[in-house]
Amino acid sequence: MNTEPKKPLWHRILDNPWILLVLGVLIPLLSYTLWGWIELLSVPPAQLP
Amino acid sequence: MQSSTSLNEPGAESRRCETTGLSVCLGAQRFIKLNAVSAVVFLLLGGIAAILLALTRWQAIHLLPVDWFYRILTFHGLNMLIFWILFFEVAVLYFACTIPLNCKLFSKKVAWVSFAMMLVGAIMVDVIIMMGKADVMMTSYLPLLAHPVFYLGIILVAVGTLIGVYNYFATLYIAKRDKTYEGSVPLVTFGATAAAIIAVVTLLHGAIVMIPTFTFSMGWTPEPDPMWYRMIWWGLGHQSQQVNVCAMVAIWYLVAYLTTGAKPVNEAVCRTAFALYVLFINLASAHHLLVDPGVGAGWKIWNTSYAMYLAVLASMIHGFTLPASVEIAMREKGYVKGLFGWVTSAPWSNPAFSGVALSVLIFGFIGGITGVTLGTQQINIIAHNTLRITGHFHATVVGGTSLAFMALTYYVIPLIFRRDFIWRKLARLQPWMFAIGILFVSLGMSFAGSMGVARRSWDIESAGIYGPAAHLKLGIMGIGAILAFTGLLLFAVLCVGTLLFGQKTNGRAMADWGVAQPLGNAKPGSLIHDHWAMKGTVALTFVFLACFAVYYFANWKALADVWPVR
Repeated sequence: MNTEPKKPLWHRILDNPWILLVLGVLIPLLSYTLWGWIELLSVPPAQLP
Repeated sequence: MQSSTSLNEPGAESRRCETTGLSVCLGAQRFIKLNAVSAVVFLLLGGIAAILLALTRWQAIHLLPVDWFYRILTFHGLNMLIFWILFFEVAVLYFACTIPLNCKLFSKKVAWVSFAMMLVGAIMVDVIIMMGKADVMMTSYLPLLAHPVFYLGIILVAVGTLIGVYNYFATLYIAKRDKTYEGSVPLVTFGATAAAIIAVVTLLHGAIVMIPTFTFSMGWTPEPDPMWYRMIWWGLGHQSQQVNVCAMVAIWYLVAYLTTGAKPVNEAVCRTAFALYVLFINLASAHHLLVDPGVGAGWKIWNTSYAMYLAVLASMIHGFTLPASVEIAMREKGYVKGLFGWVTSAPWSNPAFSGVALSVLIFGFIGGITGVTLGTQQINIIAHNTLRITGHFHATVVGGTSLAFMALTYYVIPLIFRRDFIWRKLARLQPWMFAIGILFVSLGMSFAGSMGVARRSWDIESAGIYGPAAHLKLGIMGIGAILAFTGLLLFAVLCVGTLLFGQKTNGRAMADWGVAQPLGNAKPGSLIHDHWAMKGTVALTFVFLACFAVYYFANWKALADVWPVR
């Protein structure tokens, strides 16, 4: 039987590079890239003379 | 039982380091050497370009003709901000996933592919720039268009680096799977992991923006939208500098340990700070678009202020815990005199320690304070595209990152190349020379920029609006550049000279640079729970916060002076 005390949740997250990788890619892609891309797409084309 | 990936297994391709006692993966060692040497070569190329640019922007000298100014500016940006940094970071990654984890490198073949792609790509970019077919500056904003080889070279460097990052994560995986280490990974590996994660985001943006630009330059696809290009490009351009920040901070902790025996005062807090970088620092790219009309105020303010301040918090945590850990280590060694006895007794003659200490000071006091201030949307209006921006990032990337990488090199060459440095007195002088030089560069640029002098301008006389004060500040920048370039040249000569003529350390420990020695009243481990023991760091923190407040207030005052509301 494993008698080692269970590590706190935050400790387990920090020990898991894959969770950090997913969050680290997802947050900037949503907050910066996707949101910014949508803003640019919503700009109406300029009317050229 | 040792697994096949452990460096302690009989027959493993490893050696025992005579200085640290750690096992060194010979496969990783080869690629650390290759990437580190390439990094220094690109640093030297970028440095030569830097002095030519500084002597041109120093209006009294105005060295280069206009076409060569923009050519060399392109060359300087890519060699310094991309090639020198990425090659060195790949070397750091291969170190961090093997030696501290007692694990062999996942794949030498993958490392060869990564290195070859990066090297070929970087050479392609440099050659095409010098041929005069890519005078588009580092940002290569559309509709400026370079030769297709320029974009292809950058794609090769980006994909090659991404392959190196894959090798890093694969090594982390096999180390965990085969239990080559116990517990959590060491802090230096955690910091390198944070850098690798940010590198993934960075290089993804590089691929998204560079591939359609390359196909456009070949005439295969329509021109990408310039506003879209700017937004995605800065996902590459600024985020690549956040990779630097993580790698730099990891190096700070490593060198602090090597030179003073400092251990983080709180591992969980330090790791949380790195996690904040991973989650939020990439949003800082939005700073570059604060005057762009295509994106709204909500996007700008969220990305550059609210969310980004969580990454600023991370830097402030590191800025506190690093000197605090050094203070604790020094006081436990018996250096207890007064508030700053631990500072004056620190091993300043050790070039790795002095380099990192100066890196922390320049990065925090100049780079950090200016960065947060310039990243405020309102203040950015009076600073955007001026030399203030250049002054800021020469304090972060050069005074901070490059100096920290140089500092680590004073251990990398003896430990990995196993040769003692030549000209050790000059080596002790080199970080000071480079740091003081770059301080003048940064301050000269910042003060000239505060008078409105634009960045990326070959000539300011044609505007006819700048008086002697602006010229004086550009002169200060130029003098600083000469000093910093001399420091850089000395660094390159020391490295190359040591690799060729340095005494081999085979079979013995490296020659000691001088580390903090315990005194008679030393009490190891006695102060780790005594928060008052870091009182010197607390005092320094208040000095830092006071500087921050004064600079921040002065900028709001400057904004009010430019656009008074009466």
